[in-house]
Amino acid sequence: MIQAVEGQEHVTVRYLYDLYPDFYIDVKAEQELLLEHDIIVWQHPFYWYSAPALLKEWIDLVLEHGFAYGREGNALKGKQVLTATTTGGRMEAYTEGGHNRFTMNQFLAPYEQTARLCKMDYLPPFVIHGSLIMNEQDIKQVSEDYRKVIVSLRDGIFDVKDLMEHKYINHILT
Amino acid sequence: MHESDFFFQAFVYLAASVISVPIAKRLGLGSVLGYLLAGIIIGPFALGLIGEEGQDVMHFAEFGVVMMLFLIGLELRPSLLWKMKRSIFGLGGLQLVLTTVLIGAVALMLGQKTSEALAIGLMLALSSTAIILQTLAERGQMKTAAGQASFSVLLFQDIAVIPILALLPLLAVSGAEHAGASGHEEHARMIAGFEISGWVQVALILFVITGIVVVGRFLSIYIFRIIARTGLREIFTATALLLVIGIAVAMEAVGLSPALGAFLAGVVLADNEYRHELEANIEPFKGLLLGLFFLAVGASIDFNLFLQQPWLVLGLLGVLVAVKFSVLAILGRVFGLRGGQGMLFSFALAQGGEFAFVLISFSLQNSVISQEVSGILLIVVALSMAITPLLLLINEKIVQPIIEKSTNERDADVIEDSGNPVIIAGFDRFGITIGRLLFANGIKATILDDNPDNIEVLKKFGVKVYYGDASRPDLLHAAGCENAKVLVIAMSDKQKSLQIVDHVSREYPHIKIIARSVDKTHAYEYLKRGITDYDHDMFGSSLESGKKVLCQLGFNEYSAHRAALIFKRQDQLNEKELFNHYESDEKKYILEARRLSDDLERMLKNVNEQSIHESDNAWDNTTLREEVRMMYAESGKNPDSSDG
Repeated sequence: MIQAVEGQEHVTVRYLYDLYPDFYIDVKAEQELLLEHDIIVWQHPFYWYSAPALLKEWIDLVLEHGFAYGREGNALKGKQVLTATTTGGRMEAYTEGGHNRFTMNQFLAPYEQTARLCKMDYLPPFVIHGSLIMNEQDIKQVSEDYRKVIVSLRDGIFDVKDLMEHKYINHILT
Repeated sequence: MHESDFFFQAFVYLAASVISVPIAKRLGLGSVLGYLLAGIIIGPFALGLIGEEGQDVMHFAEFGVVMMLFLIGLELRPSLLWKMKRSIFGLGGLQLVLTTVLIGAVALMLGQKTSEALAIGLMLALSSTAIILQTLAERGQMKTAAGQASFSVLLFQDIAVIPILALLPLLAVSGAEHAGASGHEEHARMIAGFEISGWVQVALILFVITGIVVVGRFLSIYIFRIIARTGLREIFTATALLLVIGIAVAMEAVGLSPALGAFLAGVVLADNEYRHELEANIEPFKGLLLGLFFLAVGASIDFNLFLQQPWLVLGLLGVLVAVKFSVLAILGRVFGLRGGQGMLFSFALAQGGEFAFVLISFSLQNSVISQEVSGILLIVVALSMAITPLLLLINEKIVQPIIEKSTNERDADVIEDSGNPVIIAGFDRFGITIGRLLFANGIKATILDDNPDNIEVLKKFGVKVYYGDASRPDLLHAAGCENAKVLVIAMSDKQKSLQIVDHVSREYPHIKIIARSVDKTHAYEYLKRGITDYDHDMFGSSLESGKKVLCQLGFNEYSAHRAALIFKRQDQLNEKELFNHYESDEKKYILEARRLSDDLERMLKNVNEQSIHESDNAWDNTTLREEVRMMYAESGKNPDSSDG
């Protein structure tokens, strides 16, 4: 999936685990990059109904008080945040009657509220379910979908109001 | 002895030591030779400040050897001793038997009777614990392979003294007068003034040894604790001395060597928590007594006898040293002491020892040997002890360099190109860890090193290391630079490491170089050559230790870890910055010294910037707290009141 968007114009990819294998995040550099960009994508596999540890560390440290939130913290105001994630479980598992008892949107509430507190717009997530049983063809398909979503967001093609109606951002393509 | 006499003698001995030993050390001769020479000077032959009483002093001072073995015992845990059993009994036993036989054969050829020849062989097979251990310890060679082997042999000799003492009177029986035989037998069995049977003696020996072990292992700790609690240093010293002297008395009472008993007690006490305290208390006594012993040995050399038959004495001395040396050299080889280590071992032990003095006078009493023979033997042994430090000096200055040269001139190994993805150049402590990490992850590496000793050791552990100087282009090629992905420059030699970088980046640009830097300028030279993946060879471990210090001072583990990470990052940034400085300075041809001091100043200035408080706001909620307080203040509520 990441390869589908890497190298696209005006898209910067940050492999956090490569950059910070010792979890020592360069807060200043990350904040500067945030200022230079309008859309922030948190792309990660869905581990234990949440993001992997390093992304949480990134949120803890980079979204500083006085920078991202608080009375003086308006640096990120108006930017868009998108969660792009993959789950092993199928879509049906993420329903109130399903195996995992909650929907993706419910699980992602902390991220949504984090974005809200930083005065950013939290977009409907890009979610790929059943990633463990995918074949080459499926992977190609979702990667292409992902590329379309990212490029469209970059170019401002989507109507934001319309966008917010969807549960997952993927659905806008169908 | 008259009181003023005693003080005068003490003055002479002390003055001789204080004057001669520093001079000898200064000349690189070592303290033992200094003492021996001083002994000769104050002895009857030169100044005549001490005369016949020198013999008594020597017997008294031999107690220094007992103390020395006690101290050595303290350093040796029983488990370690057990590991040495092969070299103690194998090497030690063979040394004693072979030397006895060869020296005995020489004595036979010189016309001695069989019993005399055997006695002489036994006496002269023993070496000087005092001289060897003192000299090796002074040069820091005790822990080397040769040092350990020497110690094993000496320990076996100490054990062997007991049966030798029992055997000597029997030799008189097979000798001339049969009449005295029963008398000698009696002597052998007279212990502490009582006539006892052999079985009782064995029982007594077992009893004393068990006593030492039980007291040392289980009781001593309580005794030391009580004594230490008194807070009186001198009483602790007295206890320590009492312990060693007590053991010596007990061992002598049952007919064992006091030195052996003291050694045993030392081993038993090696795990004791008062070990270092004991060491500190006994050490000065040991040093002084040994010094006194060496002085007495020097003074005891009878130069008049020497002048009467100089060629005989010198000839015998040469034969003694040659025989002992050859046996040791052969055995050293058999027991795996190679090259320089084997030579050190052979030179160190090639003399007669203090036990010979005891055995010679004992044999004389038992009329195993004649007065004339004993006189010659005494001077040969004393001279052989006196030349030991000289022999060791010759070994160090002449023999070792030759060996080193010949081993270093060894041709580089032929390397088969194994297609390994990694080449490690240099395999000391730095490279070994890298190698282990790779091996642990199933990655094969071709290893080059130019230290022959290193290679031998690693070979024992099944690590294949190719001998050769990795800065040689042909060797790098042979090691497989064509196909390797990564080259680790892990040697500490700056010059060579940079040569490799230059050569490899020119000839094999595809290879990724990971390098070891030994200091800042080394790092700059790497940067100049475009090598950014280098590591300072002490930095990582120092940082880890620094973290531990922070933890001890109240940092929690994670903040210490973070503080270290920040420091490391900042240091790396500073280094890159200083590098620019370095380069421009160099262009301006500013003196190296000036530049370095400038760098240092900048580094010290930068310390402030490396503080965790200035650059790390992680989880710091000061500003957040202020804002919340302000919010409450605006709404007229008190955040600290209970309704908040």
